[in-house]
Amino acid sequence: MTEYESHDFDVIIIGAGGAGLRAAVEAQAMGLRTAVVCKSLLGKAHTVMAEGGIAAAMGNVYPEDNWKVHFRDTMRGGKLLNNWRMAQLHAQEAPERVRELEAWGALFDRTEDGLILQRDFGGHRYARLAHVGDRTGLELIRTMQQKAVADGLEVFMELKVLRLLHDVDGTVSGLVGYWRPTGGFVVLKAKSVVLATGSVGKSWMYTSNSWESTGDGHAMALWAGADLIDMECVQFHPTGMVWPLSVRGILVTEGVRGDGGVLRNSDGERFMFDYVPDMFRDETADSEDEADKWYDDHTAGRRPPELLPRDEVARSINSEVKAGRGSPHGGVFLDIATRRTAEDIRRRLPSMYHQFKELAGVDITAEAMEVGPTCHYIMGGVRVDADTTAATVPGLFAAGEVAGGMHGANRLGGNSLSDLLVFGRRAGIGAAEFAEGRQGEISLDEGQIQEVIDAAVAPFEREGGENPYDVHQSLQETMQSLVGIIRNGSELEDALVKIEELEDRAANISLAGGTKYNPGWNLTTDLPAMLTVSKCTAMGALNRKESRGGQTRDDYPMADPEMGKVNFVERISDPSAAARGVGGTPSVRSITSQPEPVPVLPDELRALLEEAL
Amino acid sequence: MAEEIIHSDQSGEVTMRVWRGDEDGGEFVEYVMPAQEGEVVLDVIHRVQASEAPDLACRWNCKAGKCGSCSAEINGRPSLLCMTRMDTLPFGETVTVAPMRAFPIIRDLVTDVSYNYEVAKRIPPLSPRDKTQDEVDAGGYRMAQIDVERSQEFRKCIECFLCQDVCHVVRDHEENKTAYAGPRFFIRSAELEMHPLDTNDRRQLLQEEQGLGKCNITKCCTEVCPEHIKITDNAIIPLKERVVDAKYDPVAWLGRKIRDRTKRTAAEAAAEAPSSGPAAVLPPGGVVAIPQPEGNGTGIPVYTAAPAAAVDVPPADDDGS
Repeated sequence: MTEYESHDFDVIIIGAGGAGLRAAVEAQAMGLRTAVVCKSLLGKAHTVMAEGGIAAAMGNVYPEDNWKVHFRDTMRGGKLLNNWRMAQLHAQEAPERVRELEAWGALFDRTEDGLILQRDFGGHRYARLAHVGDRTGLELIRTMQQKAVADGLEVFMELKVLRLLHDVDGTVSGLVGYWRPTGGFVVLKAKSVVLATGSVGKSWMYTSNSWESTGDGHAMALWAGADLIDMECVQFHPTGMVWPLSVRGILVTEGVRGDGGVLRNSDGERFMFDYVPDMFRDETADSEDEADKWYDDHTAGRRPPELLPRDEVARSINSEVKAGRGSPHGGVFLDIATRRTAEDIRRRLPSMYHQFKELAGVDITAEAMEVGPTCHYIMGGVRVDADTTAATVPGLFAAGEVAGGMHGANRLGGNSLSDLLVFGRRAGIGAAEFAEGRQGEISLDEGQIQEVIDAAVAPFEREGGENPYDVHQSLQETMQSLVGIIRNGSELEDALVKIEELEDRAANISLAGGTKYNPGWNLTTDLPAMLTVSKCTAMGALNRKESRGGQTRDDYPMADPEMGKVNFVERISDPSAAARGVGGTPSVRSITSQPEPVPVLPDELRALLEEAL
Repeated sequence: MAEEIIHSDQSGEVTMRVWRGDEDGGEFVEYVMPAQEGEVVLDVIHRVQASEAPDLACRWNCKAGKCGSCSAEINGRPSLLCMTRMDTLPFGETVTVAPMRAFPIIRDLVTDVSYNYEVAKRIPPLSPRDKTQDEVDAGGYRMAQIDVERSQEFRKCIECFLCQDVCHVVRDHEENKTAYAGPRFFIRSAELEMHPLDTNDRRQLLQEEQGLGKCNITKCCTEVCPEHIKITDNAIIPLKERVVDAKYDPVAWLGRKIRDRTKRTAAEAAAEAPSSGPAAVLPPGGVVAIPQPEGNGTGIPVYTAAPAAAVDVPPADDDGS
């Protein structure tokens, strides 16, 4: 039997990005014994990479803006696959969450009369993004980190969670994991658990995500018996760096386009005018002249097509490159140099200036950037109750990117940071109330704990097996080439077979060295989650026989109204009986995917969507 | 449609000399890797991990200079692995990569940076002033861009702790860590001191417990800062001046601080300005404020205001030169 240390809390939050910290601050403020667990050091979570801003209808720049317009934009951007109640709560509560952040120390850029300045972004009718230059995510996470420190919150840093634990009646009751610095195992007991684990992007080769984005929360929820929805809806951000190869995928903020940057092909044409879909034709400019007037006065012209929702822009870039009108390294040109003064660019986009200067040797005040789509965000995730963020197994909550429904089939830029704050807070309340109401002693299953620990160290006993880095690279190549931005049925079927083969390879990994800060082992223990979410994405993508938002099928290029009425739901109906895959987790072969109805929008909200502009 | 995976051309080789070991000791180990165009040092470390040394320990996250995780010493210089391009290092020469020297080793390139997290807990947080009626009506605080920019510079900090690593006060004198906050946390205090909403006062704390006087402004921190924050000129020197002013002329200091705080517009400042001198604009309790620690039950000290006259200010332990 392997020894482990144990701790006991009321509420445990897994993940220390914006959603996790906001949930923790709320639960702690309600008087619950609260702890946060994170895979990296505090303050390093991927929230830090968010650049452009926080969407909130504060009306500081355009007083016409209000939650109803924000709700409408979010639903249309999501191609109406959204959980309408989440979109409503999000639009209503985002402004208060931004103001709260300011009272905790965040210093946003200001309007002339001293209020929080808001910038334009794709799919948002009005300038709506509260921001700090192009480093808004850093401001959010540092503010939340400093608030958490000031509140004396307990943080378990560099602790990798392997599995959720449950009580005899199936209620989620804690977790088992290990300290990355020492390799020592840890069991945390809790009355409720919040997942705030972020994204899944590390299963793709070109991604804006860090090593941490391995879908741990998505997979652990599924393994605990919870439902996932919309896993096929993966956002490829239109503008990632493409050159040099070593930085391919790193994000270039949409703020470049919000602040006047335009996309051009190798002929120098602003090609986005050729790709305006019917759904957005009435609100999009049809000439460069009209589009350019809009930046200074939104009533003088309609929106530039460069500011269509991300799914539209990413697909258009993909088409230009395929048609042979791409840039030298397989992207297109993003030009702000000819559009704004060097001083403006350096002031509004300092991180982008710095990033291109130092990593690519490109001066963005003088030359165009080369950009192309990069795997950025997953709209799908844990199916939750909108008001409480409760998952479909008791004791489990989810907020932020790991939760599904809020963004439908495609997320608008800026709606992620506001999502973190709105639903992070709600998750804190939901989990705290559940913990307060929970009766009886929690008894954990010692056998389950030992099984998880034994499976985690098994690769050290094995010799001559696979290298975890090779398995990971094969998974990334599979997902990039077969479950990428444009998909088709036969490739998705190939992907499903390959993911199962990769599960077998992952089960045969052998490792040297010890458990103390061993990245090879860390990757090995991340692979079960990556394989699980990859399988869910490929299954959902195969089942959704249409193109909608972050799901594009070249064999079903149109949206199908019938498909728009369902979410595809992935689950393991009896996790304890399921065949074992890697590291003792349920096999990817035991996952099912089926359509279930999207929550029906009430008439008064439906009317908002159809309201004339 | 299947996407082509691009593998770059290989040309030549690079030799990496990487420190391997733990708290019990270690040594530099050489790895020879094929050179690839446009790479940063972290890319090569990743290729070493994927091929020859799967257990080579190294922190990283964003790989874009925004999270401050991959701090190390490259050819002796404290640097981010993800922002140091191989083609900026001497061509054809071995590249030496070592962990940050000022912190205890965990394993290989990973150090125990918990000292920094402990110091962070001892900084009194923001204590914002109340909103004015106008602000309540407008739905948020009013601050001028020019006023937020001073603190915004310091809030660019990505907490890579390279400034802490390079600072002689801790790098060469382990014993100083108990009484020295270091450059990262001097800019945190500066950020709060210059924050347009803040009402806390951290001057005595900076002088007596955080060792501001120990800094002899050699500007090493500024030189290594990947965010190009002017740590010494814009944060440490102004803090030293404020601390000195507090000692010799608290009223002059206070007057300046109040002017800074109300710089929004001349009209607003005039409307708020008292007829009976600066002290009247202070919130109840007065901010002529040399701080006194007070528990709040969380172990984090809270500094509340106390009348300046009641406090015996100790002499400086250096002159800031």
